[in-house]
Amino acid sequence: MVSQLVSSLGVVIAGVFFCALYYWLSDKLLQLALPVRDGDPRAASLALNRRAAVRPWLFLGPALLLLVVYLVYPVVATFILSFYDRSGTTFVGAANYVWAINDAQFRQSIFNNLMWLAVVPAACTFFGLVIAVMTDRIWWGNIAKSLIFMPMAISFVGASVIWKFIYEYRGGKEAQIGLLNAIVQFFGGDPQVWISMPFWNNFFLMAILIWIQTGFAMVILSAALRGIPEETVEAAVIDGANGWQIFWKIMVPQIWGTIAVVWTTITILVLKVFDIVLTMTNGQWDTMVLANLMFDWMFRGGGDSGRSAVIALVIMAAVTPIMIWNIRQANQQSGGH
Amino acid sequence: MTAIASLRRVGFPRLVVHLSVLLICILWLIPTLGILVTSFREPQQIASSGWWTAMTGSSQTAAVRLADGAAARQEGANYVVSGTVFEAGQAGKIQSFGTKVTAPSEFPVGQPADLGDGESLTVQPDGTYTYTKNAPFEAGRGKRVYLTVTTPPAFTTSNYQTVLASQGIGQAFVNSLTVAIPSTIIPVLIAAFAAYALSWMEFRGKALILAMVVGLMVVPLQMSLIPLLKMYNDVGALFGVPSRSYAGVWLAHAAFGMPLAIYLLRNYIAGLPKEIIESARVDGASDFEIFVKIVLPLSFPALASFAIFQFLWTWNDLLVAMVFLGTGREQLVLTGALNALLGSQGGKWEILTASAFITIIVPIAVFFALQRYLVRGLLSGSVKGG
Repeated sequence: MVSQLVSSLGVVIAGVFFCALYYWLSDKLLQLALPVRDGDPRAASLALNRRAAVRPWLFLGPALLLLVVYLVYPVVATFILSFYDRSGTTFVGAANYVWAINDAQFRQSIFNNLMWLAVVPAACTFFGLVIAVMTDRIWWGNIAKSLIFMPMAISFVGASVIWKFIYEYRGGKEAQIGLLNAIVQFFGGDPQVWISMPFWNNFFLMAILIWIQTGFAMVILSAALRGIPEETVEAAVIDGANGWQIFWKIMVPQIWGTIAVVWTTITILVLKVFDIVLTMTNGQWDTMVLANLMFDWMFRGGGDSGRSAVIALVIMAAVTPIMIWNIRQANQQSGGH
Repeated sequence: MTAIASLRRVGFPRLVVHLSVLLICILWLIPTLGILVTSFREPQQIASSGWWTAMTGSSQTAAVRLADGAAARQEGANYVVSGTVFEAGQAGKIQSFGTKVTAPSEFPVGQPADLGDGESLTVQPDGTYTYTKNAPFEAGRGKRVYLTVTTPPAFTTSNYQTVLASQGIGQAFVNSLTVAIPSTIIPVLIAAFAAYALSWMEFRGKALILAMVVGLMVVPLQMSLIPLLKMYNDVGALFGVPSRSYAGVWLAHAAFGMPLAIYLLRNYIAGLPKEIIESARVDGASDFEIFVKIVLPLSFPALASFAIFQFLWTWNDLLVAMVFLGTGREQLVLTGALNALLGSQGGKWEILTASAFITIIVPIAVFFALQRYLVRGLLSGSVKGG
């Protein structure tokens, strides 16, 4: 184990060294290949210009290589694979798409994903906004924010264990050691097996993601709220608006842009949600979602690349509008520079 | 005065806000607190009572027999049997006792209880008793006594010893470090060079690459998995090396983190003062020198922000590690090991909670130590211009 750690550290050092070596060496090579000689100013300036033209690509090279090999090429390859059979060798046309439309589990996943999309981003943004407003008004607000933000550092698997313990059910006369069932029992209700109640169990899984992501929404919305010009609120106070009206009619409209960013970021996360479902139910009891179904088909019965490619493409199609919107936003920003 | 402060004057009563925030904090903290407390409890106690009772200890009724009357010694006119109700190794605190099963807590401790027939019994809280009679005891079985005993809360670290040594969590911890450290540091360097080129160098296609980076930020990982898995298998077969290796995971993590890294660092590096870089250029410094000597040191906050993101993401990742490193016991990272334990050790909460706590302790420590950089990174990544 120790040797493994040492070798891992060795890799870090070697990796950083080779990266640095690449950038340094390529820069030196460039200077050798395009020498600037004294005496001929035209040739010298030509060489300098050529260097300036090549150098950005040396700087960008490794990053672009990684992006192309690991993200751009796979997107194209996945699209092509979706028209091939399970091993990716025989062209089958739209057969995988036809399978998906007729597959009950696929439709279940789409339905569940839509529920996740309807509930989680809205809940996180709403709670985040409310908590941001409240914590900004009290002296220990930063401590409170830290605590609510903390789950973001916890892995989805860790969070799943944490919540599975809360949902724990004990049969018969055993004492309920799961908090939720203990509370239900305290108020006179009957303990339930929350995880295997079809339909409602989806919401118990969503609670985990909301618990993790509310802090993210809170931090960003809190910063946006602080950026609101005070004159707007002052004016509303003078006009006799109450707190509720000021919040909804003066403050929220001014941070729509940030709310949209928070909402879309969590939406993308929700579309990719995988770990929570895998560890809590592995898609049993009608909780399957697309990302988990895709993983399932990647390995089920030796793997079916065609079907899992179709499922991946559905996820991709769902994020594409957000992607286009992001690119347009970024272009507008850099255009305004 | 900020807008929030203005709102304060017309908003809800302050007390309501304090209480609501307190309630939310408790609500948010309780789940984690539950596994922390549970991970330190004895397995028997975990299974028999909720973790929220851990601090109060548990109270139960026990039946014991006093020593045989034949062991009595004579003191004046009385015969006395004495001893302790606990067996060797037992501990606890006696609350009350009784001699009838219908009234097991009839008498308080510390005072002589008159049992009739000239008998009297005194039980001390620590379990020692004196049983007195004004005539000889009958030999035979000792008297049956019912006790209400509270056992003190018992905490142990043995759950942690168990999971670290025999459940593979120790190995998984090392594996997680092996995955996360190189996957964090290498992309920072590569992305910083790219971000510099995109900020301070002029070349054709710059806008296109920037748009591509922004677009790739949201491409779901799922799109990449199948072709990459095929590619890794092909490369492995071609060179006769295992297709699942740490190198493969490092590169995958580096690539998947690259769009966000370039975007965050570019936002920061493009915002550095133009004068510094221009004057360095006038002094004849090359781009390489400017980057290493000026930009890199100045960008430390942004580099730290991204490094924290990347570390949390690689440490907490399950999908990439499962696909590219495999699910064998030797290769599992912490998240994978925890997932495997959920399957194999289902109801054994002492093992699950201790393992879960080990997996979350490192990112939580990083989170609290470097929260400032994390927040800064989040804000520069999403609020800019919003």
